[in-house]
Amino acid sequence: MVNFLINNFSGPLNSFASIIEYVIGHIEGMLAFPHPLILIILFSLLAWKLKNIKLSVFVALGLALVLNLNMWEPLIITLASIMTSVIVALVVGIPIGILKAHNRAVDLITRPILDFMQTIPPFVYLIPALMFFGLGNVSGVIATVVFAIAPPIRLTYLGIKQVDTELKEAGHAFGADWWQILLKIELPSAMPSIMMGINQCIMLSLSMVVIAAMIGAGGLGKPVLRSLNVVDIGLGFEAGLGVVIIAMILDRMFGRD
Amino acid sequence: MKIKVKDLYKIFGKNPQKSLSLLEEGLSKDEILAETGDTVGINDAGFDVKEGEIFVIMGLSGSGKSTLIRCLNRLIEPTRGKIEIDGTDIMSLNKNELREFRKEKIAMVFQNFALFPYRTVQENAEFGLEVQRVEKKEREKKAKKALKQVGLEGWEDQKPDQLSGGMQQRVGLARALAVDTDILLMDEPFSALDPLIKKEMQDKLLDLYEHIDKTIVFITHDLDEALKLGDRIAIMKDGEIVQIGNHEEILTEAENDYVKEFVQDVNRSRVLCAEDIMDKPVALLYYEQDGLHTALHKMRKHDLSSIFVVGKNRKYRGIVELEEVVSSLNRKDKSIDDIIKKVPAADPAENLDDLFAQIADLDTPLPVLDDSGKLKGIIVKTTVLANLAGKNLK
Repeated sequence: MVNFLINNFSGPLNSFASIIEYVIGHIEGMLAFPHPLILIILFSLLAWKLKNIKLSVFVALGLALVLNLNMWEPLIITLASIMTSVIVALVVGIPIGILKAHNRAVDLITRPILDFMQTIPPFVYLIPALMFFGLGNVSGVIATVVFAIAPPIRLTYLGIKQVDTELKEAGHAFGADWWQILLKIELPSAMPSIMMGINQCIMLSLSMVVIAAMIGAGGLGKPVLRSLNVVDIGLGFEAGLGVVIIAMILDRMFGRD
Repeated sequence: MKIKVKDLYKIFGKNPQKSLSLLEEGLSKDEILAETGDTVGINDAGFDVKEGEIFVIMGLSGSGKSTLIRCLNRLIEPTRGKIEIDGTDIMSLNKNELREFRKEKIAMVFQNFALFPYRTVQENAEFGLEVQRVEKKEREKKAKKALKQVGLEGWEDQKPDQLSGGMQQRVGLARALAVDTDILLMDEPFSALDPLIKKEMQDKLLDLYEHIDKTIVFITHDLDEALKLGDRIAIMKDGEIVQIGNHEEILTEAENDYVKEFVQDVNRSRVLCAEDIMDKPVALLYYEQDGLHTALHKMRKHDLSSIFVVGKNRKYRGIVELEEVVSSLNRKDKSIDDIIKKVPAADPAENLDDLFAQIADLDTPLPVLDDSGKLKGIIVKTTVLANLAGKNLK
């Protein structure tokens, strides 16, 4: 079956892969372009703006530590692939969640697929990802998206399902159409739930970093994997610390208080 | 006629057509539920609403009144029937026409306010205009005006959850007024409010009604509210309209037992008892300590013509009157024993009509005593009269 897919769908698959490659490349380029120190300051200002001064100090110190550990470059690659994965997962996942909430057929079809995606060990679909997209970051992102897309779909669905029917009724009573109900009532009401989905999506993407390194994705996963192969505790610890720091920063910045 | 409703039916369930024909064969609601599993929401409702009147639909919960009002703008799709608003046959409109019709003609106020918690008061009031794609500036202006009408100036930037229940419903009302439709549907708008706020909101609505040119269909389960607001009242039971009429007709010509019971029930609850209207005495004479001079002093000080005498623990002893105090002082009497009179006393639970009978030929206030004979309060004639008058005014 995999062969059949490769033979018949290589065209669209390749264009999809090149889009992802393009996005990663650009994000990576953007992050790698300024001096690390400038980036650290920018991130810490962003943390200040999103949350508070405490977090911004933590971000600055954490990133400085990563820089000091010589893990800056893999950190950038990791960040770029996480951002790409999250963007793809949200762009695909949130609309599916919306459709799922409105359409029973979509709901019934997606339910087993989501269960399947959430329970199957990620290692299993590293192989088809590898076959379709070859070794490298793109396969890593695809595998990450498959792993991380379920929460945004499920929590968008849940958020919209839980919108007070009286609010929707009010919308209808004032003559709102489908789009107006969605944009002015359902999505804003579901926002807390959707935000939780986004946070979950980011965290799951991060947890795929090391696994994705097995199919050639770069970033912080690579040194972890290498240190495992050569039993280099120091290197493994440094890279692992980098993953922990970036995880904490992303969680605190995009999580709910 | 602004709104004409004829032969309206709503069946909830899987076999509406079958249930409908069973209904026509004369089966009851329960029999149909047993037969087809369907619920009869509205059974052959018909009424007209005149231009510019407040038409109240009243019934207990489950009587189908909320379903009926939602049929008027087809938030709930009627199973069969004819609804005409301003000459337009509502049932024949397609989805788009219906949306346009709702925008132009009908605004709605909901029982639990249905405000958008993520929008400010101002943005909530703008909602209907936003849906109509009214330009931002004009939208703001109209919403501000509506908020001013309901008395919410200065609250524009608050979120609904920072407001009290009454104020929240004012926002709901402003949202409906802002779109400036001819018809206002109000689904138990004040039921979720506590009694004082409820009364205030009713007054506000009547006040607004004087200044705006609207036809209002108002749902309530409260007869007092129906009588206060409604020009005409329809009473619903089990999905059927059992009576339509003005105040007088509803109260005096109850057409069936259901209406009678309804009217009686509410009247009974409206009867006040002694406890509700009694006052605290401004001064009391203490039997063990006070003599004639104190009595005179206290009465002069509080400008009383009589004063109640109590013993230990406020136990009621009687009443003395000013004239008698003065004459026994002239006689150089020492004690008040000779002039204490026992006037009849009332029970705290005694109702207004009985009180009136008691107090009618009494010159002094009426004491209210509890079981142990303690003086709980006093009732003066004017209070009883005022309350009787107030009750009849309604």
